[in-house]
Amino acid sequence: MTISDLKQSPPDSVKSKINWGKVEEADNFAKTVKLFRQGKYDEDSFRRFRLQHGAYGTRMTSDYAMVRIKLPAGEIYPDQIEKISQLSEQYSIGSAHFSTRENIQLHWIILEDVSEIFRSLAEVGLTSREACGNSVRNVMCSPLSGVCPDEEFDSTPYALATARFFLRNPMAQNLPRKFKFNFTCCEKHGMVRMVDVGLIPQIRDVDGSPQRGFKIFLGGGLGNKSFVGHQLEDFTPEEDLLYTSIAVMRIFDRLGDRKNLARNRMRYLVNDMGWEKFQNLVLKERSVVRATQSVITQLDVDHTPNEIKRPIRISDESGSDTAPNGFARWLKTNTVKQTQSDYRSVFLTLEAGDITASQLYALADIIRNFSSEGKARSGFAQNIALRYVHEDDLPRLYSKLIEVGLAKSGALTMTAPIGCSGTTSCNLALTNSHRLAKEIQRKFLELKLDEDDDLSDSSIKISGCPNSCGQHGIATIGFFGGGGRVGKDMYANYQMSIGGRSDGDTMLGQTLLRVPAKRVIPVLLKIIEIFKENKKSDDTLKTWIHRVVNGNEDSEIKSIVEIKKILEPLITPPTIEEDPDFYLDYGSDSSYHTKTGKGECAA
Amino acid sequence: MCCLTDSGNVTTDVDSLRSEIRDKSVRVIDVRREGDYKQDHIPTAVNLPLANLLSDDSPERVLKLVNSMGIDDETHVVVYDDTFGALASRVAWTLEYVGHSNVTLLETTYDHWKSLGLENDSTVPEIQSKEHSMKLQPDILATSNYLETAKTKDDVILIDNRERLNFLEQHIPGAISLPYRTLASDDKILRSKEDMKRLLENRGITGDSEIITYCGSVGTLSGLAYYALKSAGLSNTKLYVRSFKEWKNLEKPTEKQEDASYWDLSAE
Repeated sequence: MTISDLKQSPPDSVKSKINWGKVEEADNFAKTVKLFRQGKYDEDSFRRFRLQHGAYGTRMTSDYAMVRIKLPAGEIYPDQIEKISQLSEQYSIGSAHFSTRENIQLHWIILEDVSEIFRSLAEVGLTSREACGNSVRNVMCSPLSGVCPDEEFDSTPYALATARFFLRNPMAQNLPRKFKFNFTCCEKHGMVRMVDVGLIPQIRDVDGSPQRGFKIFLGGGLGNKSFVGHQLEDFTPEEDLLYTSIAVMRIFDRLGDRKNLARNRMRYLVNDMGWEKFQNLVLKERSVVRATQSVITQLDVDHTPNEIKRPIRISDESGSDTAPNGFARWLKTNTVKQTQSDYRSVFLTLEAGDITASQLYALADIIRNFSSEGKARSGFAQNIALRYVHEDDLPRLYSKLIEVGLAKSGALTMTAPIGCSGTTSCNLALTNSHRLAKEIQRKFLELKLDEDDDLSDSSIKISGCPNSCGQHGIATIGFFGGGGRVGKDMYANYQMSIGGRSDGDTMLGQTLLRVPAKRVIPVLLKIIEIFKENKKSDDTLKTWIHRVVNGNEDSEIKSIVEIKKILEPLITPPTIEEDPDFYLDYGSDSSYHTKTGKGECAA
Repeated sequence: MCCLTDSGNVTTDVDSLRSEIRDKSVRVIDVRREGDYKQDHIPTAVNLPLANLLSDDSPERVLKLVNSMGIDDETHVVVYDDTFGALASRVAWTLEYVGHSNVTLLETTYDHWKSLGLENDSTVPEIQSKEHSMKLQPDILATSNYLETAKTKDDVILIDNRERLNFLEQHIPGAISLPYRTLASDDKILRSKEDMKRLLENRGITGDSEIITYCGSVGTLSGLAYYALKSAGLSNTKLYVRSFKEWKNLEKPTEKQEDASYWDLSAE
């Protein structure tokens, strides 16, 4: 008898059908790191190699890397979560981080350990390959695809097929810059107009029979300069999906700026060339692709339906029928009804995307026991969605989540801000945006603002620098970090914008004013107060701000200028003698100064 | 001297231990708390809670404890715990230090032993005292003074086995970080020899370098690392047994990862 004979894997554990990993890449990475450390590999080539494999640099050091694990279409399985839990304890800081693009990041990994992580990821079918660098980044899909009441069909199989087609594909290994696909479910859940290629599933009636296809948006993106994407054509039939993707990438590959690192995302090309010209090029290129590609070049879309099977409960805890305190609040702010009757999708609130190793470990079993599809999805907002939870199981699920500290309310409201990693690990960061997001969340939950229906469809998103990883441009209230100064004393200071959104009416927020880090919370509360005083009965903060920024508001707040006037008194810096804390960024007890290293987005 | 440690096996697998227990050819030491031990333990095991050992770990006292557990120079000793092998390692290392080389760690924890449904009982064995000789092994011990001189040498590798966040925050200058969690595999307190070798080679922990391990306070996590290194054939290893706690108390220099708020990335 050996131990492995006795180890049982839990019943009904669903596993990924696709193995994205390749263990040879682990060996190759280990070898290359050794050569690099021996000076046999120059710095630039090594950096490109490292990024291509999904290992990003770390703030102010070359000893550590961040490994960005891709979750194509956001899907993650219990055995994968357990593995990531283990890896976070072994090689990282005992926590993992859910990103805004459906990746899971492990930070502060010793560069020489990265290959060990690759090896373990391959065991559970995961990869970080092309999660960084000038490649096709993780292909996203809405966490609600397949369950969203407003969608026309489930785009998940198309997202997976697209990811599969481009991963390790020679045509996607050396693009002028990174390239991103977002699939979604419907207009409302959005995120398709602020990415290189955004896709919304559509059904068209063609000659009396329904035909699947997409609304495709091109050339959007958030960054130092952000742009909203343009719709390519009315309707792109599904068989043209791959041809269109290839055509767009070929144009970008050919014409994209390879010299000016700061302006080489495709959105700049679209903007410089003008949309109509770009659109024509894409359509022409697509005819060429269609005519020259062999007929077998098709996306391998797996239409096998997921098995939906409510987990069988062997032992039932007694007395768990009565829901614990806070259940109603959690139900309201963290769950949505699915199109399938009797099922809900449950969102787990994380703090700026962070989750501990032990929470991850517990989560794997929670998924097995509560999700009838046996897997989970990464959300759009640094969170996790458990779908196909039966209505009757919700109180018990809530109790389980309480036990492991994952039952915080507000996941789907303004009280769950996004914060990029900021100065916790990023070379480019100027402020600790990550901690600020957590501070806002704690304060807002304490004030129970998650229960306020007026605030639920708004969002707060924070980046630690102008580069928009925190997606501030599409937030109802967005912030990006910088430094402020009184005399010789510096403090963390955020540029605030309002009115951004990423749905059918996607627009970028309008710059309002700079708010010192330690004044962000009072300023947010003030904005809510102004809104409450001036709102119409059916207004939400989002709709009200939308009217203000578009100049359509008829209360005394006619434009953002009036809001600015009210807020200005709150942002006046005190002297360092009056308030020394003002001059410390969140999470720091030493004086604030801006310090950055080399960014690698562009490498 | 026995063969087991010489052949590089620092752990004893479950099945071998069970047959050695049946053959009465082993002394098993349970280093968990007395209360836990009394409830149930591996059959024939004696109890030596780590706290008891640490209350006075002078060689003279350790030798008395060894004698009272019926261990002579030839006895094969297997040590186990329920804390991923770290406490067991510290006890095993102490036995080695006073000159008992024939000591190994159970390959897994007691929790896991039980989860496999393996035998256990609550019988406290009657032990006949034995006489063990004292052969101190200063080669496996590093003191703070020793460390201070040694770490300036090129061929000495200093390893910090605490968690990564603790390391980033503060560590002994020149140390490299190898968190204790890295050493284990799914069910075993140490990963397989091949995996361990690969991990260490990637980190440049190889060859004839002298290695010194340390952790937070009493040399448990670093004790486990001591055995991990040994399992990979790196036997020129010393344990800085008083570890970082003493180093700080002595106000010796430390260093940290500057300019990053890594703690805020933790979900704790």
